[in-house]
Amino acid sequence: MRRPQRRPAPRRRSRIPLRLWRLPGIWASHHLQGAVASLGRLMRTPLPTLMTVAVIGMALALPGGLYALTRNLSLLSTGWEQTAGLSLFLRTDMAEAQAAGLADALRARPEVAEVRLIGPDDALVELREAGAGFADAIGLLGENPLPWVLALQPTADVNAPDALERLREELAGLAEVDLARLDTQWMRRFQAVVDLIRQGVLILGAGLALAVLLVIGNTIRLEIENRRGEIEIMELVGATPAFIRRPFLYAGAWYGLLGGLAAWVLIAVGLLLLQGPVTRLAALYHAQFPLAGLGPLALLALLGGSALLGLLGSWISVNRHLAAIEPH
Amino acid sequence: MIRFEHVTKRYPESGDAIADVSFELAAGEMAFLTGHSGAGKSTLLRLIGLLERPTRGLVTVRGRNLGRLPMRRVPLHRREVGMIFQDHRLLPDRTVFDNVALPLVVSGLGHKEIGRRVRAALDQVGLLRKERSFPVTLSSGEQQRVGIARAVVGRPPLVLADEPTGNLDPDLSREIMGLFERFNQVGVTVLIASHDLALIATLPYRTFTLGAGRLTRDTGPRS
Ligand SMILES: Nc1ncnc2c1ncn2[C@@H]1O[C@H](COP(=O)(O)OP(=O)(O)OP(=O)(O)O)[C@@H](O)[C@H]1O
Ligand SMILES: [Mg+2]
Repeated sequence: MRRPQRRPAPRRRSRIPLRLWRLPGIWASHHLQGAVASLGRLMRTPLPTLMTVAVIGMALALPGGLYALTRNLSLLSTGWEQTAGLSLFLRTDMAEAQAAGLADALRARPEVAEVRLIGPDDALVELREAGAGFADAIGLLGENPLPWVLALQPTADVNAPDALERLREELAGLAEVDLARLDTQWMRRFQAVVDLIRQGVLILGAGLALAVLLVIGNTIRLEIENRRGEIEIMELVGATPAFIRRPFLYAGAWYGLLGGLAAWVLIAVGLLLLQGPVTRLAALYHAQFPLAGLGPLALLALLGGSALLGLLGSWISVNRHLAAIEPH
Repeated sequence: MIRFEHVTKRYPESGDAIADVSFELAAGEMAFLTGHSGAGKSTLLRLIGLLERPTRGLVTVRGRNLGRLPMRRVPLHRREVGMIFQDHRLLPDRTVFDNVALPLVVSGLGHKEIGRRVRAALDQVGLLRKERSFPVTLSSGEQQRVGIARAVVGRPPLVLADEPTGNLDPDLSREIMGLFERFNQVGVTVLIASHDLALIATLPYRTFTLGAGRLTRDTGPRS
């Protein structure tokens, strides 16, 4: 493709040798310029941009906030794990004196904070009060078959679940002990509830991600419609489809990223507002409970995911609507 | 430079806008295209600029068969054809400078080079002082000249102009034609569609006449 020599002016561009190692830098600087320019364009219409960003932010803050909630519930339950106790069911032939002796021996151990002695009669009363039907059946036996039970509270440094489990195994090996059980059933139930909420977060998140995709896709569609004349003229003067598409893709990614940031701010503000009541509640239990935020990994996932969502939404929109614009 | 071989362009709604047209325009030539309204002048130019594809026949520009040009090559082709439209087709929200720079921006030229070339093009059409103005603040003739600057800023080997003197007074029309003559003198091939028979008659260039889509007269290449 040789052009006719029209003017003797030197063609300086072609005399500069193209250095291959500079290409990635040129490419990156083009993209940076494009990204900055497209952000500038969004800032020139602050109100519509803000509204779109707010909608995306609220949609993302809902699953994000719920996720923060499950995180705090998990942290809360690890706190409770410290106070989880051990129940030692003694052999039925053990008498009160032997039970009391074992309790004293256990109290002397460094990992044990407290031991409470529960006699068979107390246990029966407890069962009756709990309304369990078979307490009456036990009464029919004439003799109380329930064993002595030692309710044991470990010290705070035996808080890891496996340390607790090791202690349980050791105590289960004692001659007087028939059965040693960790009182963790209610904790497992609690964990199941947390897991359920977490599952809900995923489903809700997927649904709202789709909504964000639609919001951004629609915003980009309107943007394309508004700039139809400009797009036609750019095509007339020889812009490639990639060149025309690029600013819209950037805009979509920006909407997503800004929406993600807005969601983060909303979650942070929400936690800040909740911290007061939580602190007061925790004080009733003589505890402290600083609410945890999203955490760096989840924040990164939120921002990266929202930017990707924006990119995807605008990509779909651009593919559907740009092809329809032909210069006339 | 341009070759038409039995070219027909049929619009489903209105029939043949161009019917069995054949001609050849050599590189470096300057020519006029006349004919009554609706004769197919704009359609012919649009075929060359690849805004339309022929229904039948062969359109060849610079040795390229446009009917077979793949979509991805279309932008490059358009960069090599400078088109000027009767309605200017400028971007109202961009300055004169930015409008003229557009072809260079889309081909990815650097800032400095763009500035240099845009000012050179604006200088050629005598609008250097207006580079910061917006199109609406310009007269029709000035807007037309912005369109011309935009068409030539990329230094295309071929320039097509559709009614470039459409509603300008005779003095301004002659001035604009003078611009095209200057481009032609430095080697650009120029094809101008125009109603202005009186003006064309005063100029010594080849003239094609279209009538109802057919080529009815061709004065032949200038000797
Ligand atoms: N996009 C289109 N769709 C359908 N018919 C069209 C289209 N463009 C042009 N035509 C028809 O093709 C014929 C030629 O139109 P064209 O614009 O080429 O004429 P012209 O010679 O440029 O006229 P004018 O001097 O008025 O600009 C006309 O009959 C017109 O109705
Ligand atoms: Mg026309």
